[in-house]
Amino acid sequence: MLEDYIRKRLREKEILLMAHIVVGYPNIEDSFELVRTIVEAGVDLMELQIPFSEPIADGPVILQANQAAIADSIRVDDCFRFAQKVTSAFDIPFLFMTYYNILFKRGEERFFAEAREAGIRGTIVPDLPPEEGESYMAAAAANNIDPIFILAPTSSPARIKHLARFGRGFFYCVARKGVTGSDTDFSNEMTEFLEQCRRATQLPLALGFGVSSKEDVRFLRGKAEVAVVGSQALRILNAQGIQAVGDFFRGLK
Amino acid sequence: MEKPGYYGRFGGAFIPEILSTTLEQLQVAFKEAKEDPDFWSTYQRLMSTYSCRPTPLTYAKNLSLHLGGPQIYLKREDLNHTGAHKLNNVIGQGLVVSRMGKTRVIAETGAGQHGVATATMAAKFGYSCTIYMGEVDVARQRPNVFWMEQLGAEVVPVKDGARILKDAINEALRDWSANMDTTHYVLGTACGPHPFPEMVSYFQSIVGLEVRDQIVEQAGRWPTRVYACVGGGSNALGIFNGFIDNSEVELVGVEAGGEGLESDKHATRLASGRGSVGVAQGYKTYFLQDDDGQMLETHSVAAGLDYIGVSPILSSYHEEGRIRFEAATDAEVIEATRLVMRKEGIIPALESAHALAGAFREAGEMSRDDVVIVNLSGRGDKDIFTIADALGDRAWKSFIMKKAEEYRA
Repeated sequence: MLEDYIRKRLREKEILLMAHIVVGYPNIEDSFELVRTIVEAGVDLMELQIPFSEPIADGPVILQANQAAIADSIRVDDCFRFAQKVTSAFDIPFLFMTYYNILFKRGEERFFAEAREAGIRGTIVPDLPPEEGESYMAAAAANNIDPIFILAPTSSPARIKHLARFGRGFFYCVARKGVTGSDTDFSNEMTEFLEQCRRATQLPLALGFGVSSKEDVRFLRGKAEVAVVGSQALRILNAQGIQAVGDFFRGLK
Repeated sequence: MEKPGYYGRFGGAFIPEILSTTLEQLQVAFKEAKEDPDFWSTYQRLMSTYSCRPTPLTYAKNLSLHLGGPQIYLKREDLNHTGAHKLNNVIGQGLVVSRMGKTRVIAETGAGQHGVATATMAAKFGYSCTIYMGEVDVARQRPNVFWMEQLGAEVVPVKDGARILKDAINEALRDWSANMDTTHYVLGTACGPHPFPEMVSYFQSIVGLEVRDQIVEQAGRWPTRVYACVGGGSNALGIFNGFIDNSEVELVGVEAGGEGLESDKHATRLASGRGSVGVAQGYKTYFLQDDDGQMLETHSVAAGLDYIGVSPILSSYHEEGRIRFEAATDAEVIEATRLVMRKEGIIPALESAHALAGAFREAGEMSRDDVVIVNLSGRGDKDIFTIADALGDRAWKSFIMKKAEEYRA
């Protein structure tokens, strides 16, 4: 499971990197090249986002990539085939990130059975709190896939403790209010939030939203096990192309 | 109801964790308001002094005679301040906002009616106000954008997605998830995550409470049928609330049939059988979506009905069979608008004209002893551009061209 992988990997480095791509953006062939480039740059985990037409937790950069992929006729079936291809080609864990309707429409049991077939190790579904996720968690467990839940700095200590009970694999800690892709203040406040998460769970912590530089990653050392980089890599992809994304990830370590 | 916020298998709160505490606080504030014995009377007093509540129930004598069927009554939400039922919800939420001590409100708007109502409320209560509106709607509803700005609101055109109502909702949710400490999201219809469907229909229930007494007083009996148009569903829930417990009253929701169901250019989620259950924008209901769960584009001559989802409360009544759903096409709606203007001297909003079209279509199958109420949810002045186009009014066209030339000079 993901927790063991993360712990093992942490024997060799102080903090791990999780990358994120939108499947089918800018197109399905380039998505594969992008995954190859990022894996070769040494990231430890990767989110494959299945595009959705109403991505409420995403800011403009990732939102526009979702729309472009859908406009380019990327289907959910294509995303499963893509997952199969990258999990057989590359030796890091891949997670599906998407919104709940994609799972709901496919049927949760079918979604997870097919995800397991495709070699997927975890799922991140930002609009599904555990209160609404009973059948989701059951289907994930039946297929040995870790449903990753999200902790937020707006949640009370009691709520964080409550959420901690549902955790598998690791927790995705949201660095700040708002959506993906805005600036984040790497401050004492964040340190306190991460400490609060730490007190609530034994699982590794991944921190995302606004991680965009070597300094950000350095700040997180000793505070979180995984730094999640999403929008910034996509911005670099848009401005400078695939190779630059590889250089960017190499520069984060 | 099994779980709070659920109506049958619909509703819920499917939201990012960052908003969970905010929604919880809203649930508590709304519950406390409801339980405060003075709250509803404060609300009613405000609605009767700032707006025109109770709005009249008008017997449409000429229409009834013309159609030769039932006695038709119109509930006049067009006479509410800002010209539609939208203000009922907005003023109610404004009172909740003041109890929560927040200072800023945001809202989505399609046609602009909810945006204008929210900007009005913000001006009255002294809140700062941002309205999200799809770029396409900004282009086709300039008069409402003008009024929102004059009322002191900032109008942000949403350039992502289909650039219509659903995209404005997404953008408002994004703003809210960053600014919840100061900001309340005034959702305009009985959709979205719990407690919005409950809260919005609670404030709109003022329509049903009034009309229940009015019809008995005027007609001396309960209605045979009640018609309301259905976009998100707030005006329908408002008026249906007055009769939902009386199974002898048939309730009919009329959705936007657009250019016809075969055209795929419509917003008919329930009546068409083409909607399917899904989860988006924070709640579970019937959506117009493809097999993957991607939302489809919708169409209606009435921007206020041009929406992918429908209130989870209505989806539940639909499955129980308590409310019947029909669709009216753009063409039927224009015809109904024309008829009501000529026969009754009332200019209905194109949204409300869907309910009229639904009632007129079925008038022939009812007798003179039957009584029908149609919720005239809003007035049509805002639709002057659309209606003039639909009627092909040449004098209007040349007026606009002249005006444009003046501006160009």
